[in-house]
Amino acid sequence: MDERRAEEDAFTFDEVVVELGGQRALDGLSARVPAQGVTALFGPSGSGKSTLLRLCNRLEVPTAGRVLFFGDDVADLDPLRLRRRVGMVFQRPTPFPGTVRDNLLTAAPAAGRADLERALERSALEGPWLDRDATVLSGGEAQRVCMARTLVAEPEVLLLDEPSSALDEEATAVLERAVRDLARQGITAVWVTHDPDQVRRVADRVLRIAGGRCVSEPPSPAPVDQEKGSPNG
Amino acid sequence: MDDLVTLGGLVTSMALVAVAAAISLWRRLGLERQIVWAAARALTQLLLVGAALTLIIDPGQPLVWSWLWVAAMVLYAGDVARRRAPEVPRIMPLAIAAFGCAAVVTLGVLFGTGVFPLEGRTLVPIAGMMVGNSMTATVLGARRLVEELRDKRDEVEARLALGQPGRRAAVPYVRSALRSALLPQIETTKATGLVFLPGAMTGLILAGVPPVQAVLVQAVVMFLILASVTTTAVVVALGLVRRLFTADHRLLALPRPAESAA
Repeated sequence: MDERRAEEDAFTFDEVVVELGGQRALDGLSARVPAQGVTALFGPSGSGKSTLLRLCNRLEVPTAGRVLFFGDDVADLDPLRLRRRVGMVFQRPTPFPGTVRDNLLTAAPAAGRADLERALERSALEGPWLDRDATVLSGGEAQRVCMARTLVAEPEVLLLDEPSSALDEEATAVLERAVRDLARQGITAVWVTHDPDQVRRVADRVLRIAGGRCVSEPPSPAPVDQEKGSPNG
Repeated sequence: MDDLVTLGGLVTSMALVAVAAAISLWRRLGLERQIVWAAARALTQLLLVGAALTLIIDPGQPLVWSWLWVAAMVLYAGDVARRRAPEVPRIMPLAIAAFGCAAVVTLGVLFGTGVFPLEGRTLVPIAGMMVGNSMTATVLGARRLVEELRDKRDEVEARLALGQPGRRAAVPYVRSALRSALLPQIETTKATGLVFLPGAMTGLILAGVPPVQAVLVQAVVMFLILASVTTTAVVVALGLVRRLFTADHRLLALPRPAESAA
């Protein structure tokens, strides 16, 4: 990411309202997500944080208000191109039938072996993974394969929707380290979580979401973490 | 041809309905009223259809009446599909369009190439078999596709999130739904003649047509059904995909059957 771009906001939410099934999931939310580091969207279940995340790659669209991606209204961007720039890892691992290689090639059909292996390495999967059956992996492995599948398309942003909620402590730690490393490499990461400890471990900046709105301050200030190597927002 | 079944024969055969009702009473199934009602309703419907067909397929009548009959069958089948698959959004126009496509393909081949002469007595029963068999496959395929996309929403959205267009993201689920819709017909076709004797052939033999001739007619009917079932299933599946994804490649909310009925 070039320096000028790094200083911009990756996403700007401007008075965003989302109504789903007659309910207001987001109620005039305004917030900014910086292009640098890991931003946590923190809040209780049903607060609207996953909806907020899904606005970033247009899996959801606002009923009112605007979502800007590096200054451009996402409503004006081609959704398919936007989704290749803004990758997403879901709450539950969703490996597609076939091998790990098949999964990665779904995202980037022209990728060579080196590209595939690099995506796996960036997702903390080293070794001979490409020919393994993607549907018989452990939860943590499957989630990292899904992350590699997203990364092989070289996105600028990685959205993570409670990606560790189905993982054990060890698998969660591996995933968190992998995302921290990606943030150091310049990828913008937006991580939805309801776990305050996880916020402290991974986030450079926290947006606290409650009742479909962004509450100004996090529950406890996220400390400056030398290991994270990025400033608090 | 002498009457194959006399009025007396028909009345006697009703004893078989009584057998079914008696079994229901004996085993306390509570279905005897339904059995009698179903039999009476079927008989009335068949008599009415028989009377209408006598008028319509009479060689002296213009063919347009037969075509109108076919159109009415297609419309009715569309309504049946809507009632049988309430969870599938706006299936009726889609099913009607699919039956229309299947009619163009199958009737075009059979009548266009002269396999059968285009007359009321051939058009109406052939179109009836086409629509009747296609309807089952249409309902099965459409329900399965909605079920797949609803139950595997995470997987579908993972594909969309990789930048795949809706139509491409739906490919594995369309394939699965089409296989579900078509396999029963393929299995039936494979078992024909071994496990059961199909209706058209049985009817012709009962009516005194030589078995070889009856077999040839049945073979044509089977091929007709295969083509029409495949055509309708694929048209409905592809049409549904267009409806279930928005123009900006998002999957619409798909309620479960109980919710959609509520």
